[in-house]
Amino acid sequence: MDFSFSDDQQELRNAVAKVLSDWCTPADLHARYVGLDADTGRAKGRWEALSGLGVCGLLINEGAGGFGLTDIDLIGIAEEAGRVVLPEPLSTTAGVVLPIVASTDAGAPLVVAALEQGHSATFGGVTFGAKRHKITTTIDGSRASTPRVANSTAEQFLLVAEVGGDLELHVVGRQAVEITETPSLDLTRDLATIHWTPSATTRIASGEAAGTLIEELLNRAALYSAAELLGLCESMLTLTASYVSERKQFGVPVGSFQAVKHHLAGARVRLEFARPALYRAAYSLATTAQTTAHDISMAKSMASDAADEAARVSLQCHGAIGYTFEYDLHLAMKRAWALAADFGDARSHRARVFRLVSAAKA
Amino acid sequence: MDLTFTPEQQAFRQQARTWLEANVPKPGVLRSLDTKEGFEDHRVFERTLFDGRWSVVSWPEAFGGRDVGIMEWLIFEEEYYRAGGPRRVSQNGIFLLAPTMFEFGTEWQLNRYMAKMASGEEIWCQGWSEPDAGSDLAGIRSKATKVDGGWLLNGQKTWCSRGAFAHRCFGIFRSDPEADRHRGLTYYLIDMAAEGVTVRPIGQLDGETGFAEVFFDDVFVPDDDVLGGIGDGWKVAMATAGSERGISLRSPARYTEAATKLMDLLASTPTGDVDGFDPRAAIADDVVKAYLDAEAYKLHTYMTATKVRAGHKVGAEASATKIFWSEVDVNIHRAALRLLGEGADLYEPVERGGVDLSEWLDGYLFALSGPIYAGTNEIQRNVVAERMLGLPRG
Repeated sequence: MDFSFSDDQQELRNAVAKVLSDWCTPADLHARYVGLDADTGRAKGRWEALSGLGVCGLLINEGAGGFGLTDIDLIGIAEEAGRVVLPEPLSTTAGVVLPIVASTDAGAPLVVAALEQGHSATFGGVTFGAKRHKITTTIDGSRASTPRVANSTAEQFLLVAEVGGDLELHVVGRQAVEITETPSLDLTRDLATIHWTPSATTRIASGEAAGTLIEELLNRAALYSAAELLGLCESMLTLTASYVSERKQFGVPVGSFQAVKHHLAGARVRLEFARPALYRAAYSLATTAQTTAHDISMAKSMASDAADEAARVSLQCHGAIGYTFEYDLHLAMKRAWALAADFGDARSHRARVFRLVSAAKA
Repeated sequence: MDLTFTPEQQAFRQQARTWLEANVPKPGVLRSLDTKEGFEDHRVFERTLFDGRWSVVSWPEAFGGRDVGIMEWLIFEEEYYRAGGPRRVSQNGIFLLAPTMFEFGTEWQLNRYMAKMASGEEIWCQGWSEPDAGSDLAGIRSKATKVDGGWLLNGQKTWCSRGAFAHRCFGIFRSDPEADRHRGLTYYLIDMAAEGVTVRPIGQLDGETGFAEVFFDDVFVPDDDVLGGIGDGWKVAMATAGSERGISLRSPARYTEAATKLMDLLASTPTGDVDGFDPRAAIADDVVKAYLDAEAYKLHTYMTATKVRAGHKVGAEASATKIFWSEVDVNIHRAALRLLGEGADLYEPVERGGVDLSEWLDGYLFALSGPIYAGTNEIQRNVVAERMLGLPRG
């Protein structure tokens, strides 16, 4: 029993965290909200810097141009991406889309090519598209007949289809789909609706194999959004702790009042106990444990609740300044709201836990 | 990261399981811990544990332990609760005082007290709180006055768990009234049978006497029974408090075991619809949340244990831990009572799935004390805010 990260894992995480802090500042995010960052080249530079570290291919084996590492190595990096409210799909690409695509015969060469091309080959769009798809209704919560995806500026999309009652996975280039921007509260996510038609040439998996991969896809999406949520939690609580330590009322910092302390302590405790659940889930996925689905649902439900609580108390402890567009809090808060609900909210994952525990006993 | 157990640890688990299955009494055999006769029943069981060398597995062999590491201790705890082991009558001694003794105790003190603590021959209670010093512990007023060869204690302690029947007491007293309030305290190991000690049991919510107030009237304590240095009482007490809030008092197995039973209770609750209300559907989310929190506490403990093994000293995170386990305990039992609905407050034993349902009520009453003892959760939230988030002191 060793519940810790190795020095190498810690160093890799720190190296990525440094690049993220340099390249994804609150100023960058504010600029993106008003549509400026495309001009400054910061977004492009950021993705190039991250690609330069090879993060996207961390889970891909070395023969295919990756590093052959595991989810245990990647999970802390996803937390860091959440901490800076990274707009680009770093953990989605590295932790969700590429490992799924690479595990299929048809998809493997696409991953090799994408990693060779570096930054230009952004994969986006973990989607749950097919109408009446059971996953669409239980995990995504959306009943739309067309998928809603984040990171719609991506070059290629991994999409789910239901054809003649069978599930299929497709990788589709952006030239073959119709993209309609779908504005949302967190403008940095680039949400869009995708209209597309499945064809045999874009299919990478079908039948039973597709079903298994979609299950893994959803697990991975839940796990990595849980990681980002905990990074967001930490970010909101750090910002708020610093603000209430400086802001004075009645001649003293407002953070010296117990009412404020207890709000923040409650959220900090949730974060403290959600973290080991996240790491255990990453470990279970990496070691293909029997309990992987259970452990991931546990991690996502705890992370969603922790982020929801952190967002709620952070706003309250800031007072009116936190309610403004110019202050930094809303950047993390809006992402937290979105991710807390995406890929299954806390309650839907708890329902899955009960189903899995009951099934294991039966 | 490796979340598996070694073959040696698995063998240790199996060995503990086999012994416990053969030796743990069936539920209801031991009478209530908080009665005179039940106290004795539990002491007899402690002796059985000790004779099997299972009462204090992490202690040195010289005092009846097996000298195993923190992971093995956690494994033992999992097996203990899995086997349905009773509440430990010796817990204040073996879980709270003992870590402090190993850190600050003299050789004489260790030889004199540890084995008897481990065997249940001497049961310890805690003498800290006073009528006017609860959360504000440094405000205690009970006094220790230096005399030839020892100290004379005077004053009143209260809410002493196991105080009604305990043999010995570990307490803090003001030994220097002139000194700063945190510096003038000393930690004493006290004989409850000494002349001048008066015990007045206090009935708890359930009417039984789990705790007591204790009056000290010129009680003599020899110099040998000062734990740590004179005037170091606060520092020594905080080491004990760390154990109380951290991992040594409340190992996760207690909660994961109750949480598993709670999930079974949910599964066996019939679905129903009264005026559009289906209790099972309405309460399921609370149940799973409590179950997952118990599981999270276990994972967090293994994470902390990994750090402790690498030399880390548990600090303010013990306060986060205390808030979490005490609330988990309440939430588990509250969810169970909600599932039971009308009749949840009956003492009449009703069996379902091999569990006596009135156990949930007893467990709830016990759980409700958790957010209060070992430093109220309000105090712990201040500690978390100040020391984990860096907020200014009020």
